Amino acid sequence: RIQKIRTTTKHKQESEKADKIKRSMSGVAKKIINPMSLRAALNLQSSKIPEQLAKSSAAFLSSAPSGGKHTLPDLSYDYAALEPCVSAETMTIHHTKHHNTYVTNLNASLEKLDAAVSAGDVSSIIGLQGALKFNGGGHLNHTLFWENLAPAADSELKDGPLKDAIIAKFGSFDAMKADVSAMSVAVQGSGWGWLGYDSKSKQIVAATCANQDPLQATTGLVPLLGIDVWEHAYYVDYRNVRPDYVKAVWDVINWDVVEKRFIAASQ
Amino acid sequence: MTKFSLAVSAILVGSAAAWSTPMTMKADAGVDSRRNILQKGAAFAAGLAAPAAAGAYAVPDLLYDFDALEPYIDAPTMKIHHDKHHGTYVANINKATEGKDPVPILDLMADALEAGPVRNSGGGHYNHAFFWDEMTPADKAAKTKVSDQLEALINKSFGSMDEMKAQFEARSAPGALFGSGWVWICVNQAGDELKLVGTPNQDNPLMKGVLDEVMFPILGIDVWEHAYYLKYQNRRPEYVSNWWNVVDWDKVSSNCAYVIENHAGVPVRD
Repeated sequence: RIQKIRTTTKHKQESEKADKIKRSMSGVAKKIINPMSLRAALNLQSSKIPEQLAKSSAAFLSSAPSGGKHTLPDLSYDYAALEPCVSAETMTIHHTKHHNTYVTNLNASLEKLDAAVSAGDVSSIIGLQGALKFNGGGHLNHTLFWENLAPAADSELKDGPLKDAIIAKFGSFDAMKADVSAMSVAVQGSGWGWLGYDSKSKQIVAATCANQDPLQATTGLVPLLGIDVWEHAYYVDYRNVRPDYVKAVWDVINWDVVEKRFIAASQ
Repeated sequence: MTKFSLAVSAILVGSAAAWSTPMTMKADAGVDSRRNILQKGAAFAAGLAAPAAAGAYAVPDLLYDFDALEPYIDAPTMKIHHDKHHGTYVANINKATEGKDPVPILDLMADALEAGPVRNSGGGHYNHAFFWDEMTPADKAAKTKVSDQLEALINKSFGSMDEMKAQFEARSAPGALFGSGWVWICVNQAGDELKLVGTPNQDNPLMKGVLDEVMFPILGIDVWEHAYYLKYQNRRPEYVSNWWNVVDWDKVSSNCAYVIENHAGVPVRD
């Protein structure tokens, strides 16, 4: 009988110890503790982790949102809605093929990342960084892009904090357009033109990034407006004439979304 | 090399007097037609490079029609790729080299990374000039052969032609060469092995600083989206696997022989 009591107490103590350790860890650390090392840290003699602890650990281990997979977001407008600036054909291929491939490959890369993290395989973790940047950046950038586009009839920069900030930084709306356009056209090879928010200087800034490098992770700027200048974004409609595409895309910018982003970033 | 090719070309066009002035002649209205004749003559002269007329690089005419590489590369792509994309690189390299002594575009490659716009527009001009001439219509391509020298190098470096093609296709995949760039088979500095490399944008292995060592391309594919988008959209792997059908292995073999003998890059019609 005495032995039984001791065992129960021991389990209770181990459980409390586990909870204490869990609470004391930072959010990031929680995500990379795997069942094996958790057991080792707790010096648990049982090979079974208490059920509650196992459940929450599993949730921490997943790198995808809510333990699920990233998905291709729907557009809030029809594929033809941005014509004549961007054709339905371009929108369809761009969304269902290019963006979709980034989503698929991002999910695949994250699965591999989970496995590498669980195994403590640092070399593989590092080896995955390229694929994560390409595909994660591709997913991020295109999601932002679809949201900052709108049918021409709905594209209007109203008076407000965004307009004020643009004029404060660039002198005029047209000057901002000219700057961002010139930089976007000048991107060598594949990349993106951006209007971003610099929280240090509290200013709107024109910027570009190569390939699918995401603006915020690469430069620290908060993305407000993105213009895809990969050839796939304009080749069907404009062939090699990127300047014509960049000129036209200003007619289909969703300024409401850009302003919402600006307000959120500048708070 | 340059003086020799001048003399040969002069004989071919039968107007030695026109070429008796040194290379610092100024561009004038007649230079385009002289360049054209010179280029065609040079093409017959087994790939000797025509020296660039002063300040005036030009897009070399294709050795085949725009639709000659169908169905593997479509005619609209060939036309736009050649006339517009390559045309823009030529316009820009001419701007960048205005007032300078003319040199073959090959000569600008080594130091291109230090020469501002030469990297992009000079690289673009060389790469595309190289690209057009290593391709030929599929029926002709089928009759071309890999030389013994090239075959030996392929087997030594990759094991077999099939293995080389498989690795080349893997290196060209969208997840491997991300964004815009080129994939090349090169002869290494030592001249004893073939290397498979990718370069971004309009860089190439001849440019110091792009790779661990300068290397000499003998085969290369453009994987910028403009090279395949009209026909293949996002299906780059399909474009690359189809591309083998239009590769001129005689030309690739002669590229190989040239770079090994001269320890230098292949001259192009510029």
